[in-house]
Amino acid sequence: MALATEQFILNLGPVHPSTHGVFRMRVTLDGEIIQDVDPIFGYLHRGVEKLFEQRTYKQNIPLSDRLDYVSAINNNWPYVMAVEQLAGIQVPQRAEYLRVIMGELQRIASHLLAVGSVMNDMGVFFTAFMYMFREREKIIDLLEMVTGQRLLYNYMRFGGVSQDIPTEFLPALTKFLKTMPGYLDEYDRMLAGNEILLARTKGIGVLKPQSAVNSSTSGPVLRGSGIKWDIRKAAPYSVYDRFEFDIPTGENGDCYDRYRVRMEEMRQSLRIIKQAMEQMPAGKEKTPTPLRLRPPAGETYAQIESPRGMLGCYLVSDGTEKPYRCHFRAPAFINLTVLRELLIGQKLADAIIIFGSIDLSMGEVDR
Amino acid sequence: MTTTLNSSDMAARLKAQFGSGVTPTADYLEVTPALLPGVAEYLKNTPELDFDFLDMVTAADYGDRFELIYRLLSLKNNLLVSLKVRCDRSRPSVPSLAGLWYGATNQEREIYDLLGIEFSGHPDLRRIVLWEGYQGHPLRKDFKDKVYGAGD
Repeated sequence: MALATEQFILNLGPVHPSTHGVFRMRVTLDGEIIQDVDPIFGYLHRGVEKLFEQRTYKQNIPLSDRLDYVSAINNNWPYVMAVEQLAGIQVPQRAEYLRVIMGELQRIASHLLAVGSVMNDMGVFFTAFMYMFREREKIIDLLEMVTGQRLLYNYMRFGGVSQDIPTEFLPALTKFLKTMPGYLDEYDRMLAGNEILLARTKGIGVLKPQSAVNSSTSGPVLRGSGIKWDIRKAAPYSVYDRFEFDIPTGENGDCYDRYRVRMEEMRQSLRIIKQAMEQMPAGKEKTPTPLRLRPPAGETYAQIESPRGMLGCYLVSDGTEKPYRCHFRAPAFINLTVLRELLIGQKLADAIIIFGSIDLSMGEVDR
Repeated sequence: MTTTLNSSDMAARLKAQFGSGVTPTADYLEVTPALLPGVAEYLKNTPELDFDFLDMVTAADYGDRFELIYRLLSLKNNLLVSLKVRCDRSRPSVPSLAGLWYGATNQEREIYDLLGIEFSGHPDLRRIVLWEGYQGHPLRKDFKDKVYGAGD
């Protein structure tokens, strides 16, 4: 006798420990196989783009921190770059190097959180996470030394950065650069052959290169599928054309490859920081700009490679002291376009890992 | 470095195909809404152009019109072309590009939600960040919130 079955609708989230914020997936299940997914956005929508239109250019810098609170420094960057392009502000060389060093430190911190929290989702409960946080703490100490803050740094300014590094920073950074590769090796020993990790990520959530491109994904999601595309190489901004580094890519586009790409990117970031430290010239950290900056009317687009992908800022000025329109191309928001495709046909338990492997912070997704 | 395709060269190429609806400006290639799907398909499927990646879609309200910006990239050839589409503000509607680039789906939904531009042919045009039943489109310049007013 055949069992009578019917589809089952399950709400994952909005408050669920593995949603990395407040995100809801309305999942239609057949047994434990996902038949359909309706991702529901907007629980953290604060109308940031509208708020930008109501504040002066300078008042908006701290708001841009709050887009992606896991990598605040990287979020300042496209916004100040866009304003600098519009207003024709020159950035001193030293400031460019400081931006690169701080931005890459932030990338490592962000990737550590991404990898650690996916391990949590997998059921390697808090062991891996705490190892990752041990090093993340050291990075945050470094950032605190420079900016005085530990989460939202409000570090960049038009024409430079808010303050130069203190004398104790470079010795502390040198020590960090010496010890960090050893810790990354430790993670590899702990995780790369870990049976839980392999069983839960190999061949799970496979994203074909073609659909990764067609869905406009970027960052480790795109590179995990084998597409060698990184803004730091493809359209170098700031001083990235002066550093030697590789773009790690995956082969199969599964969750494991996305994890590998992030681990490898941390090593590349260390390489960049080391070169930036050696090349950094003396000089001013900031070009003075008027408090009430009025860029000439016009529009521009600035983009960087944030830990999550291509982060862009489209800015329109009408010549007044407030932006006329400011739009952020949020990489995590656009990466989530593939979520439905990745989840259909997978098991419910894998949905959590696939979602985590995209790596997002809801502040940026909902804006 | 990404090569930005000169909009006047591109326009000369596209004019033969599409007539006078394509106008080059300094940074953009202006396209009429009706020609957008054809131009987009041409840019995507011409082998030496191969614009396979839709980087960004966004729009802005200029009081009398909406302007949509499309940034198209060719990851293989590292090329960039930016399209601009002006649409009438009274009944704003633009053909959707979600069929060509799946990456447009969520971005077009966001524009629909916040600026109220309809994308004809979109597979699933609903509000995305605001809730169903919300009145108005906050990024329009004449928007007034019931509780907070214009906010400034």
